[in-house]
Amino acid sequence: MKYLKQFGIILAISFIGEILNNVVPLPIPASIYGIVIMFTCLCTGVIKLSSVKETGKFLVDIMPIMFVPPSVALMDSWGIIKPIWFAFLFISFITTFIVMGVGGWSAQLVIRAGRKKEARRVSEGGAE
Amino acid sequence: MSEFIQNSAYFGLTLTFITFGIGNLAKKKFRNPLANPNIISIALIIIFLVSFDIDYDTYNKSAQYLSFLLTPATICLAIPLYEQLELLKKNFAAIMIGIFSGVIASGVSILLLAIAFNLDQALYITLLPKSVTTAIGIAVSEELGGYPALTVVSIMIAGLLGNVFSEVACNLFRIKEPIARGVGIGTASHAMGTAKAMEIGEVEGAMSGLSIAVAGVMTVAVASIFAQFMF
Repeated sequence: MKYLKQFGIILAISFIGEILNNVVPLPIPASIYGIVIMFTCLCTGVIKLSSVKETGKFLVDIMPIMFVPPSVALMDSWGIIKPIWFAFLFISFITTFIVMGVGGWSAQLVIRAGRKKEARRVSEGGAE
Repeated sequence: MSEFIQNSAYFGLTLTFITFGIGNLAKKKFRNPLANPNIISIALIIIFLVSFDIDYDTYNKSAQYLSFLLTPATICLAIPLYEQLELLKKNFAAIMIGIFSGVIASGVSILLLAIAFNLDQALYITLLPKSVTTAIGIAVSEELGGYPALTVVSIMIAGLLGNVFSEVACNLFRIKEPIARGVGIGTASHAMGTAKAMEIGEVEGAMSGLSIAVAGVMTVAVASIFAQFMF
């Protein structure tokens, strides 16, 4: 029964996400509405972690195999990729490192700025 | 025989599980990031279908039930996010600014390169969600008018690069704070990068995992804005 209830909750949120995707005129996928709803419900206690945990972990665990069928569609898109394969690979390659560098570096900047501020406050506090 | 396969309710599913199993065995045996279960499974299925002259729709007739679970599974990414709530609260500004900068950098660099290579709109959109987790990337690509199958390929490349080179790259960029490393890796290379981040350290792994969900949500907004920029 536990799994039925957990799966029921997850499916219900998927359905609400689907409705929002249909009603709201924005290109936001159902799954994103779902993440936000699930996260909000967990934070506010509307849904208890124990009401979704096992089934949720199971679904996240087996997620990689769900990517296979949509990827196999590649066999039908070969014609599209053939003339631009170099640009496609090059852009995928370079931008990955740009994103990693910019994302990590900005986070580090904020952390270090915060730490400096903290240190200054402590040393000023000590001088008093 | 072929008529039987055309109507089979389990052919595509079985083929997917068997090839994915082979991929998992290869991953254990070779311990090489290229021996990735997804890459092996996809390659084996395409080879199988092409050599027996079976078309994609026949395969997908039963395999689609796996894709059907993608939305519920993506929603469940909120669960690990919730479990890391404390870490998120404590470093909220650094994490959010880091992920947001990464997501913007992704949009800007893809836009500039797409113009430089003279790509058409659909291909540009296909590449826009290439750093996020596959479930969200497929959904964004579909929603905005890209080619989801190609988006998956670029997502795989991003993940693979993160898995193999993220430690070297972070050292090269002088990103030394564990939280910042996790943010960079998770924002650029989703789950495959996170697997590597977990090897680097506990904080790196947790931050990287958190960045997958946050970057995914931000990318939905940023990608739909950037999709308007070309042509």
